[in-house]
Amino acid sequence: MIAQPGSAVWFARHEWRLSWRDWLAMMTAGRRERLRRVIIAITIFVIFMHFVAYFMVGRYADAVPDKATLIAITGTVLLSWLLMVSQAMESTTRAFYSRSDLDLILASPVAAEKVFAVRIGTVALSMALMAVPLAAPFIDVLIALGGWRWMGAYGLIAAMGAAAAALAVGLTVALFCVIGAKRTRLVAQVVAAVIGAAFVIGLQVAAILSYGTLSRVSVLQSEAVLALAPGADSIFWWPARAALGDGTALVVVLAVSCALLAAVIALVAPRFGEYAVTAAGVDGSSVSHARRPTAFRTIAPRRALRRKEWTLLRRDPWLLSQTLMQMLYLIPPAVLLWRSFDQGNGAVQLVVPVLVMAAGQLAGGLAWLAISGEDAPDLVAAAPVPASFVVRAKIEAVLGVIVMIFAPLVAVLAIASPWHALVSIGGIVIAAAAATAIQLWFRTQAKRSQFRRRQVSSRVATFAEAFSSIGWAATAAVFAVNGWLAIAPGVLAVLVVAGAWFMSPRTRS
Amino acid sequence: MQHFTSTTPFALEIHGLVKRFDRPAVDGLELNVRTGEFYALLGPNGAGKTTTLRMVAGLLRPDAGTVRVAGIDALADPVAAKRVMAWISDEPMIYDKLTPQEYLEFVAGLWGVEPALAARRAQELLDWLDLAANAHQRCEGFSKGMRQKVALAGALVHEPQVIILDEPLTGLDAGSARQVKSVLRERVRAGGTIIMTTHILEVAERMADRIGVIAHGKLIAEGTLDELRRKAGKNTGAGDSASLEDTFLALVAEETEAA
Repeated sequence: MIAQPGSAVWFARHEWRLSWRDWLAMMTAGRRERLRRVIIAITIFVIFMHFVAYFMVGRYADAVPDKATLIAITGTVLLSWLLMVSQAMESTTRAFYSRSDLDLILASPVAAEKVFAVRIGTVALSMALMAVPLAAPFIDVLIALGGWRWMGAYGLIAAMGAAAAALAVGLTVALFCVIGAKRTRLVAQVVAAVIGAAFVIGLQVAAILSYGTLSRVSVLQSEAVLALAPGADSIFWWPARAALGDGTALVVVLAVSCALLAAVIALVAPRFGEYAVTAAGVDGSSVSHARRPTAFRTIAPRRALRRKEWTLLRRDPWLLSQTLMQMLYLIPPAVLLWRSFDQGNGAVQLVVPVLVMAAGQLAGGLAWLAISGEDAPDLVAAAPVPASFVVRAKIEAVLGVIVMIFAPLVAVLAIASPWHALVSIGGIVIAAAAATAIQLWFRTQAKRSQFRRRQVSSRVATFAEAFSSIGWAATAAVFAVNGWLAIAPGVLAVLVVAGAWFMSPRTRS
Repeated sequence: MQHFTSTTPFALEIHGLVKRFDRPAVDGLELNVRTGEFYALLGPNGAGKTTTLRMVAGLLRPDAGTVRVAGIDALADPVAAKRVMAWISDEPMIYDKLTPQEYLEFVAGLWGVEPALAARRAQELLDWLDLAANAHQRCEGFSKGMRQKVALAGALVHEPQVIILDEPLTGLDAGSARQVKSVLRERVRAGGTIIMTTHILEVAERMADRIGVIAHGKLIAEGTLDELRRKAGKNTGAGDSASLEDTFLALVAEETEAA
């Protein structure tokens, strides 16, 4: 059937085609010949995840809707849903501020609200579709072991997608109305990241304060939560009941979510074009960033490069927020550290790997910004300084930020345990250096604004960076307890870094 | 227009320059530009103009050939060659989050310009290019013309002997284009050498001392406008009074036929 041009179905097909091609390009890094390898990799991953799911949730297949089960499922659903809201807010912000085709749409004689209604619907659909591959192995295992009733979980995912999109669009538009177009871009992205992290961090902090561990499950299954939670027949548990196969609960949850989405579409779509036009004026208004006149200062090339990197990072609140958002995850170990002062319970051991891991991840992001995310690559390449000199200056800029962020934390740790502080320093330096080296070997030429999509440029670099940080974190953690045993994770971390070097384009060319 | 003798030293000497991607982009190019000359490099899309200039600027490594800038072997000692050179592309190479003054401080730092000289030169350039009022505003809201003027100021702040420009006037309004052309003329009057690619033939016709036409990675014709007209007229029948556009199209068509 051929849809009438300009109709909602026609736009939906257009959006679907764009999304599909975008996803394909992301997965194959723009090379169609990689598609077969990507399909094989996804298949292997899906099979592997089914095994993981079997060991993780297999024993819950026969779960009955008692209070403990409902709390556990609700906690998991809430966590996943908040992550979906976070992702949907990012998508909505992009829809407002990304100008790729808005001019074309707004200049065309079609009713813009149709397009935007489709776009909001696409956000909801994409949220659900993104969640399915991650949740499917767990749901499949539960279906295989516990029966078809678990099919309700798939319906719940659809409902979660619709509700997440509705809330995300509502929140973004509310921000737009309250704080204006200019601030919304940054604030919406910060809010999105905080929403995503808040639940995990909140549970961890609660677990530390109550039980002195980082385990979230200990809170959800605690006597206190069981006592405080509503009764098993409460409406609060309907999403969990829907996942457990309660048909009525599923229909109600789905209906409420879809009604919420429809209401938001009806309210927002007619004015979406207006918001987009307002957002378009944001770039031009940046001229008002007038600075107090300062005397002209010339400095040595290396310092000039370092200062440039730091200035650009400091002046780009969005990039800064994206980078420092990773630091949110340092809150739980910081609380743990603080608690250990009171109790001296040895929990300080847990702080070492978290610091090392965070340093590696942060260094990776910063290194990408400094090395690959150079907005004027020709200018720097045309400067009369050797390429190695430029790279060294940029690495110094990255490590400078790492030192600035981690020095206070390590200083506090040193008061609690000088030995752990010393191990942390070693781990932080090695993890940051390894992540920076990986970014150096896999460097590409990109705009800083592509930071969010840096992971898609090289899967090898992304995984190597993550596994290297994990490896060094494990090495530091073990080394802090027993020096000799640290050889095993240390060797693994070295192998990860060596493997990345071996697979890097620089050694292959 | 300036007059050059055989004793005027070369600012740029290119011999047997080769660069291949999927196919030869630059194919044994021979090109010499004298000091103080304004040289325009013309050619159809994909002729190899930008690839040639990127190799001269040290942004691309040639597969074969030699490049000498102000007597310096740019392949053997790229840092020394870059010190006397500036590169400006059609897409202004600036940082949105820096102000023009900070950008000039950065460029002056990279080129190691003596601070007092850099400060004086930066102020002159900001005044000259009408950027003084915006010197302390971030570049992120600037128009294409303003961004190109900031990039040009950056290229001139270290007083290069050789300025290489790749389509510097693309997308500029008449006012900005005039300012850029005036700065370039001034630079040539002061003894600088300019090598520029452009698709705006009127600019080449009015500003260049000599024009080179490049096609399929080779220099197919070179000389003053009159010399090019004569060559085109002799080979293709284009008249002596033909415009540069007619002359250029006749030369390119002839080369395409031959290829």
